[in-house]
Formats: sequence, structure tokens, C-alpha cells
Amino acid sequence: MKISGEAQRRILDAKTRYPSRSSAILPALHILEEDQGYVTEEGMAEIAGLLDMPMSDVGGVASFYSMFMQRPSGTYRLDVCRTLSCALLGSEHLVDYLSEKLGIKVGETTPDGLFTLRTVECLGDCGKAPVMMAGDTYYEDLTPEKLDAILDDLRRKAEA
Amino acid sequence: MRILFKHLDVPDIDDMDVYIREGGYKALEKALKEMSPDGVIQAVTKSGLRGRGGAGFPTGKKWAFIPKDPSLKKYLCCNADESEPGTFKDRELIVRNPHQLIEGMAICCYAIGSERAFIYIRGEYIEPARKMEQAIAKASNRGFLGERILGTDFNLQIQVYRGAGAYICGEESALLNSLEGIRGEPRLRPPFPAIKGLYESPTVINNVETLANVPHIVLNGGEWFASIGTEKSTGTKVVSMSGHVNNPGNYEVDMGTPVREIIFEHAGGILGGKRLKAYVPGGSSVPMLTEKHLDVGLDFESMLAAGSMLGSAGFMVMNEDTCIVRATLNMARFYAHESCGKCTPCREGTSWMVEMLESIEEGTGKMGYIDRLVDIANNINGRSFCALGDASAMPVLSSIEHFRDEYETHVSERGCPFAGDRGFALRGG
Ligand SMILES: Cc1cc2nc3c(=O)[nH]c(=O)nc-3n(C[C@H](O)[C@H](O)[C@H](O)COP(=O)(O)O)c2cc1C
Ligand code: SF4
Ligand code: FES
Repeated sequence: MKISGEAQRRILDAKTRYPSRSSAILPALHILEEDQGYVTEEGMAEIAGLLDMPMSDVGGVASFYSMFMQRPSGTYRLDVCRTLSCALLGSEHLVDYLSEKLGIKVGETTPDGLFTLRTVECLGDCGKAPVMMAGDTYYEDLTPEKLDAILDDLRRKAEA
Repeated sequence: MRILFKHLDVPDIDDMDVYIREGGYKALEKALKEMSPDGVIQAVTKSGLRGRGGAGFPTGKKWAFIPKDPSLKKYLCCNADESEPGTFKDRELIVRNPHQLIEGMAICCYAIGSERAFIYIRGEYIEPARKMEQAIAKASNRGFLGERILGTDFNLQIQVYRGAGAYICGEESALLNSLEGIRGEPRLRPPFPAIKGLYESPTVINNVETLANVPHIVLNGGEWFASIGTEKSTGTKVVSMSGHVNNPGNYEVDMGTPVREIIFEHAGGILGGKRLKAYVPGGSSVPMLTEKHLDVGLDFESMLAAGSMLGSAGFMVMNEDTCIVRATLNMARFYAHESCGKCTPCREGTSWMVEMLESIEEGTGKMGYIDRLVDIANNINGRSFCALGDASAMPVLSSIEHFRDEYETHVSERGCPFAGDRGFALRGG
């Protein structure tokens, strides 16, 4: 799928915003992921074209960072923090709970394409542990009951 | 004393008009109209302010390293990568009071002669990044940023730059590479960023909390700031409290405040009325301490004397039910995952430590593994290309130092001696 005209415009804008063109690669990858849901080969080639940079430079940056998905994921990525402060307050239990409830292992996507379950490192919100990030949102002080409500809510959002 | 959080009870202090009403941007005006750039650097030097990003380097000295040559472009990078496990203070400083940071950055840029600054913020902080961008736009409209600031000939543009999930990009030279659009691996030093930093130009890199202190220093004077805290660790420190405490959150305390007071008064004591077993005081990259170290003061010197470091002041607190091997394994996994792979001791060593800790926790470890872990950690520490390697050794070395018997019990009993959750239980469950 080609990236949208809007995304192209934003990438071209990013190109002018920094002292060097290469600085626009990372912002462009964020734009690409927002547009396509993950960083596609095709999209990276377009970025390379728009920024006049070799494709290898774009690919090299993309593969360095854990936030960029290299393949399609569910509509919602459930990124559960597994680092110490969250772990001390039960994040491993929550991962097991989600895994069982959704019928998928960590790294997998539900058959309906709604949820991808992942574990991530400290999200910088340890005071509200255990914490999970889904989309732009941080979900805090999690319990299994709260997770039930969050999943229902996200399902409803996806239908709307 | 509250300096950075002095507005904590003011509703909507994140709104620029409220910030101004509370005296905001007065420090910038004072710096630009009444002080020379060198005068600002002198005030910051006199204040004794030291970097809050972990290493504690004197801020005034860092700024003074920047060459005065007006033909050179200079940059300021505010480090808002905040990925140190257990640390969440910069997030609150940004979200609660974004203009305090903007004002601090503007004063720094005036002092070092920079017209361009970046805030490098971790990719997951989407809301804080948006908030920062909105605040920058407002400040620009009001003439606190942009061209001819407050009618002077000082110009400044501040831009937010988002990372994308790599702990190593908080390391200052990796941060510069990331901002330049190449893989975020650390650089060889020298040259130091003050001489050749961003785009080969002189660059200051400072933590969010460091910069947020600057307006208060300019307004109240270096002597005032130096009178708070201890002689060598001046001012306050925002501590992030998490783990097994009743009231997790950020607390601003004077440097030198005893840990006992921070854990038992500010953070409300240990969850479930249990006993304290261990705490890391500065994010997982510093050695853990124990119940024996409750009277240590929270400052650079006291923490060092106690065998740890102040680091980011991100406290992760563990109660008596916590299996130390399991907790150490958790931290070791973090470093193995975040090692950038550039140098061998760190890339290989962090994975070995994880494997050995796993087998000890699972009951297949041998007695010799404990000393082997110490050996591996000592071989990473000081032999790695950057401080991430050293950091990875700290949880392992300190946990074996303080809890060797627990490691031994794991081996002799062929498994974890802790029942059930091993201290990793659900909150309230
Ligand atoms: C692996 C690693 C990660 C780091 N992460 C951060 C970070 O997230 N934020 C930060 O301010 N400093 C971090 N630092 C420290 C920076 O390299 C640098 O010392 C600091 O930003 C300087 O600012 P300061 O003098 O104001 O403390 C990190 C260092 C290392 C080795
Ligand atoms: S010590 Fe680790 S993080 Fe630092 S350069 Fe070496 S491999 Fe990379
Ligand atoms: S440990 Fe989970 S947010 Fe920090």
C-alpha cells in the first residue's frame, strides 16, 4: 500500500525542519508507522526517495529501534511492562492472564486481528505499576479486572 | 523544600498564563536584560548544581567548556529519554510544568550562545511530547522563544525530537547519533560533545531536571541554591518511588535527606507492613542496598560512601518476600535486551549473566556459578565501550555481595526457596 498524501506532505515538511536531512529519518518512520500500522518495505523506500537518502540508511535506523513494527500487528498492541517495579507488582501474572484470555502467546496476534500481546521494558511510569501501553494510552495500576474492562472498551472502539 | 514542584498545588500551572502569573519567565527576562552570558554561567557554577541525569557532572562547568567563538553554531540537547528502570520524574516535570523546562532551556542557550535546542524525548512519551510541543508553540507566540526574544537580539528555536524505544539513546553520545539520523550507538570520546557534539558542533547535553532548576537559580541566586542540601550536593532531588511501597510517586526532597525518611515517611513505608529487604536508589544501574543502609543520606557523596550511587534517584523497593535472584534476573534481562551490541564484553556478558541467573533460579545452577557471575560482571565493568556495560554489572555484583547466602540456598535446594509468588505478587493480591 502506498503511503497517504498527508503522510508524504508531513515527511517532506520534516525534511526541512532539521539541520541535516538524515535527522528527518526517525520522524519520517514515526509518520510511516502511524500511516501504515507498521514500517513497510515500500514505505521505507518512499521515505528514502522523499528524503534523497539511500534505502540502507533508512532501513538501518528502522531496525535499531524496538518501537517500530517490522510486520503487521493487531489494531491494538498491548505492550505490558515487564521491568522490575511492574514485575514486583504482578506484571508477569497479567501477561499470563492476557495470554490465556486472548488465546495467544507473547508476540502473537489474535485471529480477529484486534490484539497483539507484547512485553516491553520500563515505560517510565513505575509509580503506577503494573503498567501497559496500548496505542497512545498508558493503562495504570492494572489488575485482571481492569484488563477485562480495557479489552471490552477497546473492542467496542474497534467496532465503532 | 520544594523548588521544582513548588507549584504542585497551583491548578493549571501547565498553562502559560498561570505560569506567568506565578512569576514564570521572570528569570529569563532577568538573565537576558540584567546578566551577561558569563554571569549566568557563574551563577550556575556558584549554585553547585550537578547533573540530575545520573553522573552528577557540575552543570556550570559543562556550560563553561563551550567555546566562546561566535562564528561556531552551538546546540543544547535536553535529555528526556528517561528509560532508566524505576525513573519517572522527568515525565512529571514535563507534564506538570512544561514552561519551567522551556525557561531553563532558554536561559542555558543564552548562556552558551546557542540559537537552536532539541528536546530528545523517549518515543513512548507521546502525551508529554505533545504537551511540550504545545507549550513551545505558546511560548513562541508570546515572544519567549523565536526571534528577538523579549526585545533583545537573542534568538532561539526549540524542537521536540522523539526517540523510538532504545534505552541506549539516553546515553549522551548515542542520543546525538540518534538525533543525527544514524543508529543510536555510543560514540568514541574524545572529542567530547562540548567541542564536537551534534552535527560536529559544540553541544551541551543536560537532563530535564537539571535544566528545570536553572530559572530558580537565576532568580534567587547561586548562593541561595547552594545553601540547600549538603555542601557538595546542593539543591533538591526529585526521587521516584516504586515497587513495594505504600505511596509510590515522585517526591522532591533536599539533597542529604535520609533514605529512611524517604521510604517510610514520603512513600508511606513498605507495602503490606512487611520488612524492607533491598532497594536500588538510582535506577537499576546502581548497586542495590539493604535494610542496613536506611540512614544513608540521599546525595552523591553519601550514596557513594555506602557502596552505591545516586544515579537518577529512581528507587525500586523490595520487601522481605522478594527473591533476590529473581529480581536480579529481571534487571539482567533488561540490560541483555538493551545492549546495543557494539562491543563484545557487554553484548556477550549480559546474555551469559541472564543464562546463569536463570539456571540458578530454576534450580539447575551449580555453586561455581556464583563466582562465575562475579567474574563475568567484573569483566564487563570497566571493559565496555560505554556505561551501559558497567551498569549491567551492578545488580549482579551488589546482590551477590549482600545476599550470597540466598544464591547458595537456591543452588543447594535446587530451586527457589521462596514460596508461590516470590515477592512478585499482584498489587493488593
Ligand atoms: C545507558 C545510559 C542511559 C542513560 N540514560 C539517560 C536518560 O535517560 N536521561 C538522562 O538525562 N541521562 C541519561 N544518561 C546520562 C547521559 O549520558 C548524560 O550524562 C546526561 O544526560 C547529562 O545530563 P546532566 O549533566 O544534566 O545529568 C544515560 C547514560 C547511560 C550510560
Ligand atoms: S557497553 Fe553495551 S551498550 Fe555500550 S557500546 Fe558496548 S554493547 Fe553497546
Ligand atoms: S518498571 Fe514498569 S513502568 Fe517502570
